[in-house]
Amino acid sequence: MFVMYFTEQPMSTYPANIGLEVGHTALMFSNKHFDPVAGSRLYNEYLEHYIYAEEQGVEGFMLNEHHNAPFCMQAKCNIFASILAAVTKKAKIVLLGNPLPLAENPVRLAEELAMIDMISKGRLVPGIVRGGGQESLAAGVNPAYNRERFQEAHDLIVAAWTRQGPFRWEGTHYQHRVVNPWAVPLQKPYPRIWVPGVLSQETIIWAAKQRYPYIALNTSIEATKKIWELYDKVALETGYEAGPENRGYLQQVHVSDSEEKAEKNARQFLWMQGEFTGLAHPVWSNPSGYFSPALRRNFVEFAVGRAESPRGRPTFEQQVADGRVFFGTPKTVIPKLRHVLEETRPSIYGLWGNDGSVSNEDARTCIRLLGQEVMPAMREIGKELGLTDPFEADAPVHLRYSTDLKQMPQAAE
Amino acid sequence: MTAGPGWSETVVELADVKLHLARAGSGRPLLVLHHDIGSPDQLAFYDELASRFEVLVPHHPGYGKSERPEWLRSVRDVAVIYQWLLSHLGVERASLIGLGFGGWIAAEMATMAPREFHRLVLVGAMGLKPPQGDIFDQAIVSYLDYARAGLHNQEAFAKIYGDVTTDQLVEWDLCREMCFRIAWKPYMYSQTLPRLLGGVRAPALVVWGDDDKIVPRSAGEHYAKLLPQARLEIVRGCGHCVEMEQPGELATLVSGFIDEN
Repeated sequence: MFVMYFTEQPMSTYPANIGLEVGHTALMFSNKHFDPVAGSRLYNEYLEHYIYAEEQGVEGFMLNEHHNAPFCMQAKCNIFASILAAVTKKAKIVLLGNPLPLAENPVRLAEELAMIDMISKGRLVPGIVRGGGQESLAAGVNPAYNRERFQEAHDLIVAAWTRQGPFRWEGTHYQHRVVNPWAVPLQKPYPRIWVPGVLSQETIIWAAKQRYPYIALNTSIEATKKIWELYDKVALETGYEAGPENRGYLQQVHVSDSEEKAEKNARQFLWMQGEFTGLAHPVWSNPSGYFSPALRRNFVEFAVGRAESPRGRPTFEQQVADGRVFFGTPKTVIPKLRHVLEETRPSIYGLWGNDGSVSNEDARTCIRLLGQEVMPAMREIGKELGLTDPFEADAPVHLRYSTDLKQMPQAAE
Repeated sequence: MTAGPGWSETVVELADVKLHLARAGSGRPLLVLHHDIGSPDQLAFYDELASRFEVLVPHHPGYGKSERPEWLRSVRDVAVIYQWLLSHLGVERASLIGLGFGGWIAAEMATMAPREFHRLVLVGAMGLKPPQGDIFDQAIVSYLDYARAGLHNQEAFAKIYGDVTTDQLVEWDLCREMCFRIAWKPYMYSQTLPRLLGGVRAPALVVWGDDDKIVPRSAGEHYAKLLPQARLEIVRGCGHCVEMEQPGELATLVSGFIDEN
């Protein structure tokens, strides 16, 4: 069982009342509300949190990035990854991840990640994402080709890591005369790629065909089970049997030394009015061509205000009841986590500990209790339940490195 | 919904595209190119033109009833497909009537084959970077808000679209996706078209609603300046979709211009 610490790195000092007045807190929410003095303090606090987390026994840091929105301050996960590669010693640095379609030059991304892998002495997990719809708009990258670019950038990065250069790349979205990055990763054949997601079936299917672990982001137990049903089915069709080493999960869980304080701080998980990524117009979150065609009919009604969000807007109490938000002392939280582990059997587990305006002191308490009490208990439960993680299992990094395929791989290209 | 009485609808296959085409009338041939939000099947403007001319209204590839060609990635590709369509149908000396986004396609066609066309009519045409202001970006607003922004008078919207159905919203989303696929960046204009318009030989009529909230009038003035034989007409009390708001006035302007010697 591999357990990691996560936070969105919220820009907690932004004026939420103004966001509520203008009706959105993302993409078009003016950056005149960004306070770089507070930003400087918060970036440094968050870095201190990761360093402290390692001291408290945390074995992995999960990092992500978003753009144009106060819910997440990290604009480039490779920057924190680079710093942590140098100043920490043992914890794995898990990027979930780099939004590949936004890259105009994936070879440069391959170089950056190779450098981080070497500086960290092989602790990097360079996960990949499509990026949210708003990220496409913020970066000016065509949402209609998001998936094409995601897959081609992935293929190019893996080629840059594994094929001896120089070679030429003539793709649909990327053309390179010379691919020959001097820096290549330390981990062989290449650093493990994990793929997080929440909605689109296409991404689950793609991850399963690559044999990449899929990380379900804060889904309910029932929704998570449906994800594994699909993943497992595609895995069987592809020629292997999926297990805990293919499954990851991200859970909102705040721990404290008292139940009352834990609940107060856990309410901060809804600090963006219950929206994961802040209040935004539906067509910003889901520009045309970005989302699954299967969702189109429901989405258009939502986009013009005639239907509820397909994701719903569950209250705090509902999210607690659904098991999507946990809070308490380690003693009360561990049994809840055991329940999720028993029900959905992941071997990769992200604990999203702090959000919104949780104080620095309370955030550090949460990290200490997670590292010293919650995570060790989860690792024990993981052993008991046979939740072997990809490192322990020495699972193949990609389908093409499998030695146990029951039929010819169909999706290894 | 289909085209009205007197109209025939066919599917033409070319360039691996199944192109939906509505036709009516007889006389000088007009190729009418619709907006970025597709086109209603029936419009008074189409009927008025069909009473005097042979009118061809295709659905752009990837819009309305024309299926999406996955390979198609630029507005110029659409212009080439329409050149192909006209030669396939044996239509000679057509006049091009481009509405909004369709105006960009028409302008591209006119630059590709300067001597081919009888007349060029651009109505609130996209395709040029407006010297003042920007083309209104549909990526930031809902389907309804964008369609409404095309009209000065919202009564015209109710008359054309009624209570907007889910099917209509889905169609607008498909149209929007196709716009992104071929005109995402730069958004809705070509950086090279202004250099090429000088070669156009067809006389051109540029028409703009005086309250066009989608394409600034400066773009119309720019077209009128860059096209060698062009004049600009402003329609009063009218938004971007002139053919929906002032169908009679636009049809009169177009008819007079096509028949000019």
